[in-house]
Amino acid sequence: MKNIRLTIDKITGNIFLIFTLLSTVTVLLIGVGLYYKSLPILQNSSLSSLLLSAEWKPFKSAFGFLSYIAGTLWVTAIAIIIALPVSLLTAIYLSEYAHAKVKRALLPPIDLLSGIPPVIYGVWGVLVIVPFVQEKLAVHFVEFSSGYSTLAGGIVLAIMIIPLIISILLEVFNTVPDGLREASLSVGATKWETIKYVLLKKSRPGIIAAVVLAISRAFGETIAVLMVCGNIPEIPHSIFDSCYPLPALIANNYGEMLSVPMYESALMLAAFILFIIIFLFNAISRIILYRLEKNNG
Amino acid sequence: MKRKLEEQFFKALMILSTLSISAVLVMIIWTITSRGASSLTWDIVSKVPEGGFYIGKGGGILNAIIGSIYITIGATLLGLMVSIPVVLYINVYAKKNAWLATTTRLAADILFGIPSIVYGAFGFTIMIYFGLKTSLLAGTITVTLLVIPILVRSMDEVMRLVPDDIGNAVYSLGGTRWESAKILIRQCVPGIITAILLSFGRAIGDAACVLFTAGYTDSIPTSLDQPTATLPLAIFFQLSSPIEEVQNRAYAAALILTIIVLLISFTAKYFSKKLSKNKI
Repeated sequence: MKNIRLTIDKITGNIFLIFTLLSTVTVLLIGVGLYYKSLPILQNSSLSSLLLSAEWKPFKSAFGFLSYIAGTLWVTAIAIIIALPVSLLTAIYLSEYAHAKVKRALLPPIDLLSGIPPVIYGVWGVLVIVPFVQEKLAVHFVEFSSGYSTLAGGIVLAIMIIPLIISILLEVFNTVPDGLREASLSVGATKWETIKYVLLKKSRPGIIAAVVLAISRAFGETIAVLMVCGNIPEIPHSIFDSCYPLPALIANNYGEMLSVPMYESALMLAAFILFIIIFLFNAISRIILYRLEKNNG
Repeated sequence: MKRKLEEQFFKALMILSTLSISAVLVMIIWTITSRGASSLTWDIVSKVPEGGFYIGKGGGILNAIIGSIYITIGATLLGLMVSIPVVLYINVYAKKNAWLATTTRLAADILFGIPSIVYGAFGFTIMIYFGLKTSLLAGTITVTLLVIPILVRSMDEVMRLVPDDIGNAVYSLGGTRWESAKILIRQCVPGIITAILLSFGRAIGDAACVLFTAGYTDSIPTSLDQPTATLPLAIFFQLSSPIEEVQNRAYAAALILTIIVLLISFTAKYFSKKLSKNKI
């Protein structure tokens, strides 16, 4: 009887170990798989010509990613510029000022916002943000904009990453010991001064980690941005121009990619580029956050 | 005086941004509801597309609703089969091996950050490698990859909160690690249910994963190797149509998806509340 129990214990232990190792190795597997698939195009043309040329003519085997990379960077930058101040202010309010009751009432909407599927954000963007940009904003600055623009993409994306930034910031602020706040208040600083000179200073690495995570989320967001950003493969000259981010490129061309030589490989390279950047950003910011938790937990 | 004024100013800004986030949520739900409600008919949820559906003729999106439910349930079940062993291993078996547990958690966090379009592209390469076509099976496997990190992270979060004493009590009575793991699972049932619901919510709403792998079809799949429609893609494809009636159906589909996701969120809230009540 005893032997059976010990055997079960050993067997489950080994099986569980295999699953654990497998799930960890998946990260590498995805990277290797995408790299292997993008090898043909990397052998065909140099990396610098792929990244720094804006010429995208699949039928002539010209695959320059520059306008797509520019599109991704523009949309992400706009999203961060909008989302960061709003999330920072909200997180400070919820963590430092709001009473427990207020906090309990205000956290659920933020949670719900993070649970809404990207495609719904896309529909909402098409119905609300695109006309708003076209009719209310663009008319003051440019002659014509369809509304399907870099700005519309950035706004929709900003709303999608706000819940992520807030939830990480709340955790980061939580790791700042109360003793530090009390010390600052006891020497006569106001609450706002305590926030400015103690809380924000102490949590700077955490804030940076939150922003880096948000950037990597914004890089990879596909459907919502694709629906509102216009998808014209040119480097945008203003925020009212259309743009064409990398994930949208992959998503829009999945059907036709097998018939043109190198096309599939080019799209897999786009996925590989996204993977590498997001992998590095995530790894760095998670390690920063682990450290914070460990030092103050 | 200036100090007080500055504080008042920033406090006002904070309240403003906090309220504006809730306002945006209300606005999104309002827009989706008001546009979707007028086109939402019984036909849409109970019929598959009929001939000429995409030029505005009769039928519904039952195929997409059922397809999404198949993929979501299949992916979550497969995901649980992988993630429960993983969280048990790092919380019971490898309790002493901090390095392995940390690495696994880091990997789960990184996988959680990988965008679904990359999973889609990766799923597509696996699919080609094994000679599969776009199918229910390929879609389910890709979405499984997407939900595993969600399941691992949220179950791990709950299991870490369980006091060590429970495990120690099992061991002191001569129990094995497997017996201790079984008790840990029973302790964490509400947490596991919350994790499952989170995974449901993410899986049913994701479009970029299934775009490459599940395909799209007007009929309800009857076997694993048939392509299947999904709700997010039904919204996406119909919205890009120039015909108004088809677009309206996209809004109706968006409303259906929003209702499903909100229901899942509220149920998850209920269970996590139950969880925090049980906590000692």
